[in-house]
Amino acid sequence: MSNVSLDAHDSSEAENQPENNTRRRFLTVATSVVGGVGVVGAAVPFIASWNPSIKAKAAGADVEADISKIEPGQLIRVIWRSKPVWIARRTPELIATLAGLEGQLKDPNSDEEQQPEFAKNTHRSLKEEYLVLVGICTHLGCSPQHLKDGAFEEYVEGVPEGFFCPCHGSKFDMAGRVFDNVPAPLNLVVPPYMFIDDNTILIGSEEGAA
Amino acid sequence: MWKNLMDWVEYRLPIMRVANMHAIQYPAPRNMNFWYMFGFLATIVLVNQIVTGVWLTMSYTPSAEGAFASVEYIMRDVEYGWLLRYMHSTGASAFFIVVYLHMFRGMIYGSYQKPRELLWLFGMFIYLALMAEAFMGYVLPWGQMSYWGAQVIVSLFSAIPVIGPDLVIWIQGDYVISGATLNRFFALHVIALPLVIVILVFLHIVALHEVGSNNPDGTDVKRKKGSLKEDEKTNFKIHEYYTSKYDIVDDIVPFFPHIVLKDLVGFAFFLLAFCYIMFFNPEMGGYFLEHPNFEIANPLKTPEHIFPVWYFTPFYAILKAVPHKLGGVIAMFAAIIALALLPWIDRGKVKSWRYRCGLHRWNLLIFAVVFIFLGYLGGTPQENWKITASQIATIMYFGFFALLYIYSKNETCKPVPARITE
Repeated sequence: MSNVSLDAHDSSEAENQPENNTRRRFLTVATSVVGGVGVVGAAVPFIASWNPSIKAKAAGADVEADISKIEPGQLIRVIWRSKPVWIARRTPELIATLAGLEGQLKDPNSDEEQQPEFAKNTHRSLKEEYLVLVGICTHLGCSPQHLKDGAFEEYVEGVPEGFFCPCHGSKFDMAGRVFDNVPAPLNLVVPPYMFIDDNTILIGSEEGAA
Repeated sequence: MWKNLMDWVEYRLPIMRVANMHAIQYPAPRNMNFWYMFGFLATIVLVNQIVTGVWLTMSYTPSAEGAFASVEYIMRDVEYGWLLRYMHSTGASAFFIVVYLHMFRGMIYGSYQKPRELLWLFGMFIYLALMAEAFMGYVLPWGQMSYWGAQVIVSLFSAIPVIGPDLVIWIQGDYVISGATLNRFFALHVIALPLVIVILVFLHIVALHEVGSNNPDGTDVKRKKGSLKEDEKTNFKIHEYYTSKYDIVDDIVPFFPHIVLKDLVGFAFFLLAFCYIMFFNPEMGGYFLEHPNFEIANPLKTPEHIFPVWYFTPFYAILKAVPHKLGGVIAMFAAIIALALLPWIDRGKVKSWRYRCGLHRWNLLIFAVVFIFLGYLGGTPQENWKITASQIATIMYFGFFALLYIYSKNETCKPVPARITE
């Protein structure tokens, strides 16, 4: 035996027993908890760095669109987060026909969460006149065509104007609501947007939200 | 249920056997002091370098056109990118600090001596791979010091007679340091060399556990089978891999938890210093990240003062001390080779400096001072007196090995205690 006494070194069974088990357990748990907090803290930068960078956030920022030059019946496209966003100015006659289509639609009342709360109405928009949609089919991601002046009647009888997806034939009305018997399961997405003034739409944010 | 599952796995994969053999039932001399924590710390820094390196690769652009901007992008736009980069750059310097201390530990306690020669050699290979890894990593941000540092280091090869100039072009992949050089350095830095280092570290540890850990007394804790009385043997449960071949003296503790816990205390202090530098002084006054590197690489303008990062400066001073191109390069590499040959240069039988002659202790201490002084000379701007000084220091550097070779043959040592003393 060495001439120095070390607790962990002494050999007999009885002497090997810790003198105070509770104290030892407390120290073990306390050390483990502190160490665990450290590990969790150290994980934060690794996880957070996978978020969109400031550059990506800038590229995904809100987009302003000037709507003062859109004629009734016309549709313009803007890019928001690398996606096409349609802004269409609907005529009062067109808006009047929307309610009559309800029998042919999957989700006429916009019960599915495909739009901000403010667009959960027949015309699916903030102002009746202006329709704002993300121009991507809810089936497999193609961008549907805007067919008007009777061109849409080829696909839906009696409906002169709407959106038709060339990929798999999905059909949507002029509120972006999907018709029955097409592969697309949901209405087109209405992005968050707000009117900065009568002539400008901000896509990406809604009134009241950050 | 849990036990059944563990048994099922253990039958197919020896997890517990390896854990027992190499940690829970591995005999570690009980007098291992804080000099013995640097291997543990080096392993942790290696993990840090690999993990943060992987994360940096996610945002870095390996091209002459994009590299510098992508580092700025990491620093400014990527969430916590600055922290990941400073963890990596501080880790690089920390790696060399712990490795140098780890090596000096081996020198003062004679851990390179028989039977640990191969263990020491693997360590030297790790050190060499680490230097290549660090150099290539420093090129990646493509700043002024990256560029001109690469220029100087790669030009070293041009000193080789006959094939030198062609070799340089081959290494560069161009007639100058260029994007082609950057891309191959990137590949080597992120894949090839880390792989080599990890494999070497594995071999280093396997070789260590085969011959057993040395200790500050240099007293062997493994004795010939059957040579010890029962009450001299350890009562700790030691893996039969060791006990079947040796009698283990009652001077050991199991590596886990005893040594690991001691290392963790050291690790806590290490982290404190590491985090202070990383958060408050990541450039370390231009020693960890040199100021010219905040300017993009410009092949037309050499920075006013050019020297490598601090961990290379001792060898850089030796290079500059020799007034001959090839001679300087040879001297620099010889300085590293001399270290690698230490097990054969030291002909002594006593390991620890505690029991060796006073000359040996002075020799070691002076060597350490000379090494640091060389680092100072190689890392500060050129001045006339420094040329003479670095020549003297270079002679003293090699003098350490010459002296050691001479006096270790018939050295008068104190008696080494049969058992660990403290």
